[in-house]
Amino acid sequence: MAERAAIVAVGQTKYQPNRADASEEELAYEAVKQCLEATGLSLSEFDAAVSCSQDFWDGRTISNMNIQRVVGAHLNDEDKVCEDGINAVYAGMARILSGHHKLVIVVAHTKESQAEKSLIENAAFDPALLRQLGLDFVSAAAMQARRYMYKYGITPEQCAKVVVKNHGNAKKNPLAQAPLDITVEDVLSSKILSSPIRLLDAKPISDGACAMIITTEERAKKLTKKPVLILGASNCYETHYLGDRDLAECEALVKATSTAYSMAGIRNPIKEIDVAEVSEEYSYQELMWMEGLGFCSKGEAGKLIDSGMTKMGGKLPVNPSGGVISGNPICVAGMARVAEAVLQLRGEAGDHQVKNARVALAHGITGACGQHHGVMILGR
Amino acid sequence: MATVTEKLEGMDVWIYHGRIYIPNTYAAGAVGSQFLIALRDKKKIMGMRCPTCNRVYVPARSVCKDCFGQLDEWVEVSDKGTLLTYTVCNQPNPVQPVEPPIVYGIIQLDGADNGIVHMLGEVDLEQLRIGMRVQAVFKEKREASILDIKYFKPLA
Repeated sequence: MAERAAIVAVGQTKYQPNRADASEEELAYEAVKQCLEATGLSLSEFDAAVSCSQDFWDGRTISNMNIQRVVGAHLNDEDKVCEDGINAVYAGMARILSGHHKLVIVVAHTKESQAEKSLIENAAFDPALLRQLGLDFVSAAAMQARRYMYKYGITPEQCAKVVVKNHGNAKKNPLAQAPLDITVEDVLSSKILSSPIRLLDAKPISDGACAMIITTEERAKKLTKKPVLILGASNCYETHYLGDRDLAECEALVKATSTAYSMAGIRNPIKEIDVAEVSEEYSYQELMWMEGLGFCSKGEAGKLIDSGMTKMGGKLPVNPSGGVISGNPICVAGMARVAEAVLQLRGEAGDHQVKNARVALAHGITGACGQHHGVMILGR
Repeated sequence: MATVTEKLEGMDVWIYHGRIYIPNTYAAGAVGSQFLIALRDKKKIMGMRCPTCNRVYVPARSVCKDCFGQLDEWVEVSDKGTLLTYTVCNQPNPVQPVEPPIVYGIIQLDGADNGIVHMLGEVDLEQLRIGMRVQAVFKEKREASILDIKYFKPLA
């Protein structure tokens, strides 16, 4: 490709359980405004906006219909992505690489406090074969967790270590919703939602927004001293019917990772990636996704968490921000991973900064049991 | 629905408690309909064989996920199978067909190459294990629904 796309500014709200004080528009603007202030740009200068939100969470059948003013999209170009926010970043990048647009604002917003999670998730399932069973994403994830733990001998303690690590990391991130001082025993004694998943194995209900500005590499250098380049990006979907998948594997992630690494020239991820932000809605997912991302062999992620390699100060810190489990809403979660990767590469992650981070990985998911994965490699 | 002003940390905020009421119909499709009708009329679980992969998929579907080819070779699979994974769901939601705790499972039926997602019943929770053999229990009154299979019970 002739030119690369670069991120020049990111903004995030603090993630909170209930932002009843703000409309969706106001919430999105909190994140957008940070990007404008950082660059001195005004919304009238953008060629296009890409937003990410979901109709059922917003309670309207066109969830982006009321945010035009805060993304510069009144009498301008706007697209909505309704999967994960990382897909919106991808779409923003594609607009830049197309050559048709030079400056794009990307925004994700969701208030999970506004609707009933289990009902929205149930309605995502095939109406004839799955929906009538009353499944939601927790019960589906629980079947994946069980199969994965069975196949590879992953223990509940190893899953709980993810929870302890990430909520601990969240204590250093002022935007995180749920910084917690907890132990493995606390996780293992929290109430069972759907076995083997317990309350503390799952992410909390969260409200928030994230935004970023994507432009050409050339323009980026004029807008900021610290542009972050998108070195590789890929998405991959797999089949919906849960019985068609080996739920102990994440084939879509393996494929998305392979393409993203190839674009970015990554051959040895452990050596070449300095920090990773992955979307773990449930504790077992961080372990599974690390295998899919090639941080270890299949079934070895339990040993990886035991080794401490993914802690702050370890060889490859995973989720220094506290991760999704510390509170990010759906749609926003994957974009927040990209935003956190950008902060790390710019050396702006404050108390959760990974020293001298030069290459970062961001990952997002959509659907039950990680049906869709997006992987992005960023560098400075 | 009610419109109210609520107090949030000392601030008055206007909150609309709404509900979007949109009735829908869904078509299971030509193949999906036949699968559901076979449950109702014959208490048979029908799959579809892919001529390219030679794999049998249950419930029957019209397109293979791997080679994307159109399928038309109907195969009856067994009502008995092996439990691939399960969960005991304690969380209630308004659309569950029975009261929690609900045991959900994925079962590979004999003669099928994938799993069918359903519930388990007549099972001692302590006995649940991956690999256990189970058998479909059909409802007396059936209406061409996935719930015509009441659940899968452990094979003695």
